[in-house]
Amino acid sequence: MFEDVRDLYNTAIVERGRRPHHMHKLTAFDATAKGDNPMCGDRVQVWLRFAPDGTIAETGFEARGCEISRASADLMVEAVQGHSPADTRAMFARFREMAQTGNCPACAAFEPLKPLASVHAYPSRVKCATLPWHALIAALEGEGHASSE
Amino acid sequence: MNDAVQVFDVAAIRAEFPILRQKVRGKDLVFLDSAASAQKPRAVIAAMVGAMETQYANIHRGLHWMSERTTDAYEATRDAAARLLNAYDRSEIVFVRNSTEAINLVANSYARVMMKPGQAVLISGMEHHSNIVPWQMLRDSHGIELRVAPLTDAGELDMAAFEALLADGKVGLVAITHMSNVLGSYTPAERIATLAHAHGAKVFFDGSQAVVHRRVDVQAIGADFYCFTGHKLYGPTGIGVLWGRRELLDAMPPWMGGGDMISSVSYERSTWADVPHKFEAGTPAILEGIGLHAAIEFVESIGYPAIAAHEAALTDHGLAKLSAIEGITVIGRAQDRGGVISFTLDRAHAHDVATLLDRQGIAVRAGQHCAEPLMRSLSLDSTARASFGIYTTHEEIDALADTLVRIREFFG
Repeated sequence: MFEDVRDLYNTAIVERGRRPHHMHKLTAFDATAKGDNPMCGDRVQVWLRFAPDGTIAETGFEARGCEISRASADLMVEAVQGHSPADTRAMFARFREMAQTGNCPACAAFEPLKPLASVHAYPSRVKCATLPWHALIAALEGEGHASSE
Repeated sequence: MNDAVQVFDVAAIRAEFPILRQKVRGKDLVFLDSAASAQKPRAVIAAMVGAMETQYANIHRGLHWMSERTTDAYEATRDAAARLLNAYDRSEIVFVRNSTEAINLVANSYARVMMKPGQAVLISGMEHHSNIVPWQMLRDSHGIELRVAPLTDAGELDMAAFEALLADGKVGLVAITHMSNVLGSYTPAERIATLAHAHGAKVFFDGSQAVVHRRVDVQAIGADFYCFTGHKLYGPTGIGVLWGRRELLDAMPPWMGGGDMISSVSYERSTWADVPHKFEAGTPAILEGIGLHAAIEFVESIGYPAIAAHEAALTDHGLAKLSAIEGITVIGRAQDRGGVISFTLDRAHAHDVATLLDRQGIAVRAGQHCAEPLMRSLSLDSTARASFGIYTTHEEIDALADTLVRIREFFG
């Protein structure tokens, strides 16, 4: 019955949404921020620890939300690992474009995020995919809170 | 108005709603989101198009044929709304954009001026944000206390707690939903009004959901204010009704100033038009008002007894079907309820449920339903919600239930 949603609910998304690998709070962290989508009730918090050179050494998150937002958060953690804040901001810009359009120019570097490209065909769900990124960027900017609205 | 229960021919009713013949993703549309906004019958569409094609002009001011005809059509809606609610007088019907505007009007006119700092507004634990935020704004600007009456575990208003919150006599206004958009629960309006009055409070019902499903009689209830929005009652968006007792409306100052609401204007001072016009500043939603008249007549032509019976049968069927599905939890078990069923599925978030239902052409709402405090009190982040209208069929509810079983398997 649901073969036509397998583009979004593909194996990677379902697997990560159900059993995220990185869904835990960091006990020692340098930055944290919460994100919420007030329209739907999704909530996420992201914690970051930086390496001495300023790159992201470790990321953890807790999320109360749908499969898409949890899977996106989990894949995001791996994508930003070892990247500088500037790289991470640029990566979010490319990720957001991919989520909104399905196109991903020059984004070979974040192959792990590709399973989320098909969310563009579900306009009401794009914010689910971008919510954890809004929280991550808010943490990088020293803001405590972000909204996907 | 015909109170006799007529033969309810859902196929004939559906034929009046052109949109129901639409296919969604190649499948028959199963529209179970009427509590958010209802679909429009041909009569409403024709009334609005007809007005634009034959008689449109601004109202209340033009000394010409078109304006007179349009003024008559628009004002006829006031008579229809007065009849619908059994108002004491047509002048008690104030046109607003929607229920949100009606509540803001009462907050900014009645409550701001007639209530004193230290007095309280009492709402319930199942309010839509539109009946929370205006009172919070009043609290913060005017020193009005905001009290919240809790619910029972079944999702009904806790009447003992409600009465206790009235006991100190500080509550000047009870502002409460007549039917929850999340739980489907009706509130016992007559009893609420009696208790409120016994403790010196006025009472204002948000009838956005209730008026769709059963007859509302503001005199029988003993209400002081009542509001509803057109678009949930099979009418257009942008038009709603605030009803208030004439003596209250007379004593209230205008909220918004402008054209249409004045008696005379000079640079030194202006005087106000009579009720209801002093609350209707500016050119109103003329076409939408005309469309609302058609919607009210459409509802009256079917008759509330028939509507209520049809929707009660649908709700019973829906509750039975959904409750029988493993992993489904229905939220709210009120005895007296309307055609709204909120639920959660153990294996899937409400958004994922809604997306998969949508792929089968089934439209439900998922999320917090503009009732975040209620959701928090239920320890829920979101629910899916199926809501029914006069065009909903038992077969559509069966399609929902069958698809939910498959969704649970999908997320197995």
